[in-house]
Amino acid sequence: MSVAQQTDNRQAAETLLSVRGVETFYGKIQALRGVDIEVHRGEIVTLIGANGAGKSTLMMTICGNPQARSGQIVYNGQDITNLPTHDIMSMSIAQSPEGRRIFPRMTVIENLQMGAILEDEANFEDDLRKVFTLFPRLKERRGQRGGTLSGGEQQMLAIGRALMSRPKLLLLDEPSLGLAPLVVKQIFEAIRELNTNEGLTVFLVEQNAFHALRLAHRGYVMVNGSITMSGTGRELLAREEVRSAYLEGGAH
Amino acid sequence: MEYFLQQLINGVTLGSIYGLIAIGYTMVYGIIGMINFAHGEIFMIGSFIALAVFLALAAIGITFLPLVLLLMVVVAMICTAAWGWTIERVAYRPLRGSFRLAPLITAIGMSIFLQNFVQVTQGARVKPLPPQIQGGITLMDSPSGIVVQISWIQIIIILMTVVLMAGFSLLISKTSLGRQQRACEQDRKMASLLGVNVDRTISLTFVMGAGLAAVAGMMFLLYYGVIDFYIGFIAGVKAFTAAVLGGIGSLPGAMLGGLAIGLIETFWSGYFSVEYKDVAAFSILAIVLIFMPSGLLGRPEVEKV
Repeated sequence: MSVAQQTDNRQAAETLLSVRGVETFYGKIQALRGVDIEVHRGEIVTLIGANGAGKSTLMMTICGNPQARSGQIVYNGQDITNLPTHDIMSMSIAQSPEGRRIFPRMTVIENLQMGAILEDEANFEDDLRKVFTLFPRLKERRGQRGGTLSGGEQQMLAIGRALMSRPKLLLLDEPSLGLAPLVVKQIFEAIRELNTNEGLTVFLVEQNAFHALRLAHRGYVMVNGSITMSGTGRELLAREEVRSAYLEGGAH
Repeated sequence: MEYFLQQLINGVTLGSIYGLIAIGYTMVYGIIGMINFAHGEIFMIGSFIALAVFLALAAIGITFLPLVLLLMVVVAMICTAAWGWTIERVAYRPLRGSFRLAPLITAIGMSIFLQNFVQVTQGARVKPLPPQIQGGITLMDSPSGIVVQISWIQIIIILMTVVLMAGFSLLISKTSLGRQQRACEQDRKMASLLGVNVDRTISLTFVMGAGLAAVAGMMFLLYYGVIDFYIGFIAGVKAFTAAVLGGIGSLPGAMLGGLAIGLIETFWSGYFSVEYKDVAAFSILAIVLIFMPSGLLGRPEVEKV
């Protein structure tokens, strides 16, 4: 089944996350100017855009830090716009944030335990096994401190940590940043696997537009805090504006 | 030799008290990066509450010593923890996210307020407590006439400190709560993204620090037999020094620093002069910080980005 066909099948699917007219400010500076985004259950949706477009701000606004000044964010039928971060995260949303934010003075296992604090402890061993199957590298490094891991290993740990809470929606902020192409491929492969095998819904922010659009069912393009284009991954890849703005220099 | 041993015992006792207070400084610094200057006053309030409990129990005729001591420590810990929680809630939380000096200024203000509050309500005169636990074990009785003795109260203080510190280290390193505290210490934003209630975790840190300070306050009361509203200042400065010496933010550092300050003070008083014991303690601090700017155990880790 092609990606386009899959998207058609999902069109009628239930909305898991909907962002409507969201505006976010840092002090007086407006970072998001009325953003609308929909993520359906079981989809991989990507958001691409240049540095400073507001992609990470949107990610963090969904998680309530900073909170949106206007607009509405609805997750799983519930308005989460004004909830504190820790309440939002307890609703089966997990984020692997920009810069990975591994706890540097905690071991790999402790980092994963932190990911599981909202989960029943009885599930810990099972979930740990799953993460280690997905990223065998982490198993080798289990006793090592987070701060001493390589960039790729840290990214794996960040995703693994997010998965430990058994999320329904996984927010991934630039998982490919600063990583060797081979590692990027490995991580994108893992995302695809999670989506097809487990039905995990993924919202992916990327600068690596080529890989992201190929992986995603649908995509949005953000410029200066607003969404300027949207469509299936394939459509966006074919658009001349997208190619010239984000794929210049070719697919690498 | 006998004299040395005796000073060692005294130094370890004093160091235990400093170490327990220092933990409160170091944990709060670790988690929100501020020096809680009111922590010395928390220790002082702990010792006042312990004394109040003792007097109240005596008034209603309960004099069975183990029970009295147990009630003293339990009530002092609970009430002092409530003070710690309230102080954080009232004076520090509203300023979180404000400029860096703001909480420092309120901390000093809170310290002055608490000192004066106790002075006004309890009076400025020293409060005596007759020695409750007398006697001890004679370790050595040399012909030269110097007796090496460890008193029961010293044994209690040292044992209690060892037990509390061991329990506390386990709590921080092995339990989910301890991990959440360390997570908040390393990256508060990320901790909240994993569902940690950061405000609650910070409150709990104040509560724990205050609980340990209350135990220190009660031991101070039993050991020295007199307290007044001003004891928190001196002990607080010493314990803060201990935390910095050990490496602020480091839990074993606070314990080691407390022990070091206690020993330096006692040995200096024992061999040189009592008047200059504080000079000695602070000189050592200055020298250590020149050569090890992050303290004895607070080594900064090399991190890959």
